[in-house]
Amino acid sequence: MKTRVFSVALLLGWLIGLPTWAQSKYLTRSGSITFFSATPIEDIQAVNQQVGAAVDLQSGQVAFTVPMKAFKFPKSLMQEHFNENYVESEKYPKATFSGKLTNWTAASLASSGSQAVQVEGDLTIHGVTKRMKVPGTLEKQGNRLVVKSKFAVAPADYNIEIPLLVRNQIAKSVDVTVSLACDPTF
Amino acid sequence: MPSLLSFRRVVGPLTVAFALAASHAQAQDLLNQLETQTTDSLRREYVTATFKGTRVINGHSIETPGKGSMLFLISHRFGTLNSGAYEFFGLDQATIRLGLEYGLTDRLAVGIGRSSLEKTYDGFVKYKAVRQSSGPRPMPVSITLLATTSVSTLKFQPQPERSTTSRFTYSYQVLLARKFSSNLSVQLMPTLIHRNYVDLRRDENNVYAIGAAGRQKLTKRLALTAEYYYVLPGSTADDYRNSLALGFDIETGGHVFQLHFTNSQGMIEKFFVPQTTGNFFDGDIYFGFNISRAFQLRH
Repeated sequence: MKTRVFSVALLLGWLIGLPTWAQSKYLTRSGSITFFSATPIEDIQAVNQQVGAAVDLQSGQVAFTVPMKAFKFPKSLMQEHFNENYVESEKYPKATFSGKLTNWTAASLASSGSQAVQVEGDLTIHGVTKRMKVPGTLEKQGNRLVVKSKFAVAPADYNIEIPLLVRNQIAKSVDVTVSLACDPTF
Repeated sequence: MPSLLSFRRVVGPLTVAFALAASHAQAQDLLNQLETQTTDSLRREYVTATFKGTRVINGHSIETPGKGSMLFLISHRFGTLNSGAYEFFGLDQATIRLGLEYGLTDRLAVGIGRSSLEKTYDGFVKYKAVRQSSGPRPMPVSITLLATTSVSTLKFQPQPERSTTSRFTYSYQVLLARKFSSNLSVQLMPTLIHRNYVDLRRDENNVYAIGAAGRQKLTKRLALTAEYYYVLPGSTADDYRNSLALGFDIETGGHVFQLHFTNSQGMIEKFFVPQTTGNFFDGDIYFGFNISRAFQLRH
C-alpha cells in the first residue's frame, strides 16, 4: 500500500513536473546569423538562415549550432573560398556555442519588453574553442522568445588563415549579428 | 578548530567547482539535445569545389561559374621543350586562347573563346545535370553535360574556297566526377568530336574518346592535376597520339593559376582530342598556364 501511494505520487510528480520542465525550453532551427566584414576595399556580408538554437529559461543555458556551409555570400567564389580555404567546412562543418545567461531574471522577462542580458560561454569555430562574453537581448513576443545579439569575432583567434593577396579585403575583426525567434518545445 | 577550518577550505572551492562542472555539463547537454534536434541527415547538401577551375587542364571540369559570375580565362601554351636552345626551349613560341564564360544560373553556363591556333572561334553550353550530394537520397557523382561548337576562320588561300559549314567542328562530352574527399577528385569524360570536313579520305569525321582526370590537393592552396584522353581505336588513334597533361593548380585568393605540361598544343576539344601529335616521352611537351579571373556581374 505504501509503495503504491509512493509510486502514484511519483507518477503525479513526474506528470506535473514534465510540462514545466519542457516549457522552459525554446528552440529554433531557422535562426539567422549575419556576419559583416568592412574594409576600405570591400564590404562582405554573409547570411545564414539555418542556425539551430536552444534557450533554457529555467537554467539559463544557451546553445547554438551553425552549419558553416549554409552561409550565403553575394559572390559564389567568395562562398567557395570561405568553405574551402578559410573555415574548412568539410573538416569543421559546424560552429557551436554553449553558454549561460548572466545578470538575468526569468520573472522580469514576462512583464517588460526587451531585456538586456549577458551570455558567457564557449564559442567553437574552425575547431578552436574560445571563452566569450557577449551582450544580447531577450524578449517574449506572444509565446515566442526573441533573442538578439551583436558581437565581434577575430578570424585570427580561431586559426583562420587569410592569404596575403586578399588580406586587405577581409577585416581583422568581423561583426556578427544573431537574430532568433525560438518556439517553445512541448 | 584547525580541522574545521581546513574542512571549509576544501569544501568551499569543491562546491564551486562542482557547481561549475554541473552547469558546464548542463550547457553541453543542451547543445547535445540541440544537435540531435537539428541533425543534418534531414538536409540535402551539395558537394562544392570538386575542381578548382572550370578546366582540369586542357579540357573542361564539371564546374561552372556560379550564377551571375563572369570568368575571364587566359590559356597559354609555349612551344615544345625539345625544340632546343635556339627556340629557348619553346618559350619563343606561343599559342593562346582568350575566353569568357558566364553563369546564367548556378547550373547553366555559356562561354565563348578564340584560339590563335587556326584562328578558331568557339562557343559552348554547359549544364550541371546531376550534382553530388549528401543527406536524404544522396547522389554519389556529379554529371555535367557539355556541347561545344568551333569554327576555323583561316583563309583558304591556295585551295579553292570551301563551304562555310566545312569550317565547323562540334564536340559533346559527358563529364562524370566524384569528390572522394576534400583532397581527391576524379573525373571521367566520354567524348564525341564531329568534324564536318576532314582533309583525307582515311580521316574520320566522328572521333570517339574517353578521358580520365584527377586532382590531388597537396596543401590547402596547391593541388596536383592530371588529365588523359584515350582515343578509341580507329584511323585517328593510329595517326595521332593520346593527349596527356600534368599540372599544378595554385590558388592565390582572387584567382586560380594553373601551370602544366602537355603534349597537346590546342586548348579546345577539337584540337587536343583528335589532333595531338606530340610524344610526351620524347620531349614534345608544351609548357603552359591558365589564369582565370572572376567578376560578379549580377547577384
